[in-house]
Amino acid sequence: MILLVVIVPVLASLAAMAVRHTRARRALLILVATAHAALTAGAWVVRPEPALGGWMQLDALGLIFLSIISALFLAAAVYAAAYLAREQVGTRQDFEESFLFVNEPEAVFVGCLLLFLGTMSLVTVSHNFGMLWVAIEATTLSSAPLIYFHRHHRSLEATWKYLLICSVGIALALLGTFFLASAASASPERGIPLVLGELLAHSGALDLPWLKVAFLFMLVGYGTKMGLAPLHSWLPDAHSEAPSVVSALLSGALLNCAFLGILRIGQVLNAAGAAEFGQGLLLVFGVISVVFATVFIVSQLDFKRMLAYSSIEHMGIMAIGVGVGGLGTFGSLLHAVNHSLTKAMLFLVAGNILARYRTKSTKLVNGVLAELPGSGVLWMAGLLAITGTPPFGLFQSELTILRAAFGSGRYVVAVLLLLALVAIFVAMAAIMTRMLYGQAREGSAPSPGEAAAAVVPPAVLCMAVLILGLYLPPALNGLLREAANLLDVRL
Amino acid sequence: MNDLISILVVVIIMSDFLLLAAGSLRAAVRIIGFQGLALGVLPLCAHQNGLTLRLVAIAILVIILKAVVFPRLLLRSLRESGAPRTITFFVGPVSSLLLGIFVLGSSLWWGYLLPLPERSPYTLAVPMVFFTIVTGLLLLVSRRQALMQVIGYLALENGIYAFGVFFAQSESMLIELGILLDVFVGVFIMGIMVFHISREFDNIESSQLSTLRDWFRGSRRPAGGGGTLR
Repeated sequence: MILLVVIVPVLASLAAMAVRHTRARRALLILVATAHAALTAGAWVVRPEPALGGWMQLDALGLIFLSIISALFLAAAVYAAAYLAREQVGTRQDFEESFLFVNEPEAVFVGCLLLFLGTMSLVTVSHNFGMLWVAIEATTLSSAPLIYFHRHHRSLEATWKYLLICSVGIALALLGTFFLASAASASPERGIPLVLGELLAHSGALDLPWLKVAFLFMLVGYGTKMGLAPLHSWLPDAHSEAPSVVSALLSGALLNCAFLGILRIGQVLNAAGAAEFGQGLLLVFGVISVVFATVFIVSQLDFKRMLAYSSIEHMGIMAIGVGVGGLGTFGSLLHAVNHSLTKAMLFLVAGNILARYRTKSTKLVNGVLAELPGSGVLWMAGLLAITGTPPFGLFQSELTILRAAFGSGRYVVAVLLLLALVAIFVAMAAIMTRMLYGQAREGSAPSPGEAAAAVVPPAVLCMAVLILGLYLPPALNGLLREAANLLDVRL
Repeated sequence: MNDLISILVVVIIMSDFLLLAAGSLRAAVRIIGFQGLALGVLPLCAHQNGLTLRLVAIAILVIILKAVVFPRLLLRSLRESGAPRTITFFVGPVSSLLLGIFVLGSSLWWGYLLPLPERSPYTLAVPMVFFTIVTGLLLLVSRRQALMQVIGYLALENGIYAFGVFFAQSESMLIELGILLDVFVGVFIMGIMVFHISREFDNIESSQLSTLRDWFRGSRRPAGGGGTLR
């Protein structure tokens, strides 16, 4: 059962690369996404047994992130099938610089998409730190070809940066993993295996200085991939150049996987009694990320880059939540759920706008509400949701984190966060409303009506965020509490 | 046994210096292959609990990958790209060497201060590991060609692997296989990217890759604009 969530997508990816028939391949994509979602739903009812001698386990923390991945992938798969049908075959013209280029073969794209799902699922069930590392690096490798879908120099540049910066970051995380092994072997009880349960059980015996260095290196390594400033430099490029459906998965699912890597080592650090050390570092990185993101959102001229910087902001908020601890940890996990749903939805809508207007400039897009009514309404709802306006879910989670920060006496962090949130709200509202209103462009053909596959997936995600803001289902609430307890015994 | 380890450690340190001084891409690829060979032999000598089948298997795999497959892959993408074979620098070889000497000196100094998990007999091991990692990072940021960045990444990875050999031998086989596989696929994809970069820009200088940025808005293309107006 637990193996299936990894094996099914991986096998399917091989099948997708072998299948000749285009329609069959797209059907396979949706089929696997549905099957994966069904497996995940099954895990909610009956938590699967550990496999591979405890190396693969699904605890509450893993299940939250697995559910996010599965839900987003299902939405993305439906959207992607329609997107691929829309994409022109053969040589086509770039709308920014007018040169000619071709797309990656669709078999490679779909195959990598499925492989990406498999590797991300592996991250959520890995309880061995070596395997966790392998899985996170594998997500980088399987997603690099996705970013290079449009074969031209800008996406090449973005892919190269992504590959190199993330690989170097992940290499540092590997060093951190070895340091963790040192911490385990330096203990009086030699040879504690790098399995989470064993490390937590023998946490008192771990060598503390080595453990702290291990945490630092893993935070920097996985933090690079999570997009924490100042290690985020690959993120805006990759998100702006990748196809929107890939951006949605990168932002909503992949960044969370890297966050999970940090949370896992955080669990060990907390159990060993050095929680303060880890929390301090997370707070510093979190605040820097939020401030960085604010500066770049305010002056942004490209709406996909704006969404990318907004992801950096929200990763920072999640780091702050865990850094504050206690109620903040709960808030941070809730925020991960809300942010993923909202950001994926926004990127999908951005894809619709991009396809219609053929530009990413915020200045050249006008009158979205008139030209694309469905996407326009969703764009506006997304704006309200992502900036933490009630009644959407992000309001709840941001409020929880802020309350925790004030409650634990971290006033400077809380005030900085509050100021940044206000500034980002104003900046994003200005940019997005300018895009929404105004005349439809002169001479533009009347809207041919929007395809259902382009509007329904983001609409469903949007509804989910709205519902989460008004009503937190007891099952989800219980799971989030259980996960927060894993991280933080004080709750 | 200890003598052999010391020789290998010195060989790896020397290969780092050669990498820093290298002027041609072909030579750099050869040197990184040679370093991979030395690294592959290392676990055969530096074992703590006797020579197991697992260590031999790892050694053979590492030698095949790092000394044979990677250099061939890189040489192939070098040949196919048809780019100039000389390395272009942001920081020249002489300054790189001086920096290298400084890094090695300082890591010798604090290598003795570091509280090692096991009272290790290999006094030069920690400085070697640190020096190799820094060499990799230095190559990554100071050479202009994409291929040299791949070599820098490999050197960085070699240093980390060497640390694993000396101080973290408790890991199980499966994990090491996974790590090797990931590194292999990583280099493979990077090799393909180098090829694409060279085809797109007629050379393999990653400094050409500078369209996407937010810092210096003045020299930047208007974000996403233009296309519809032109």
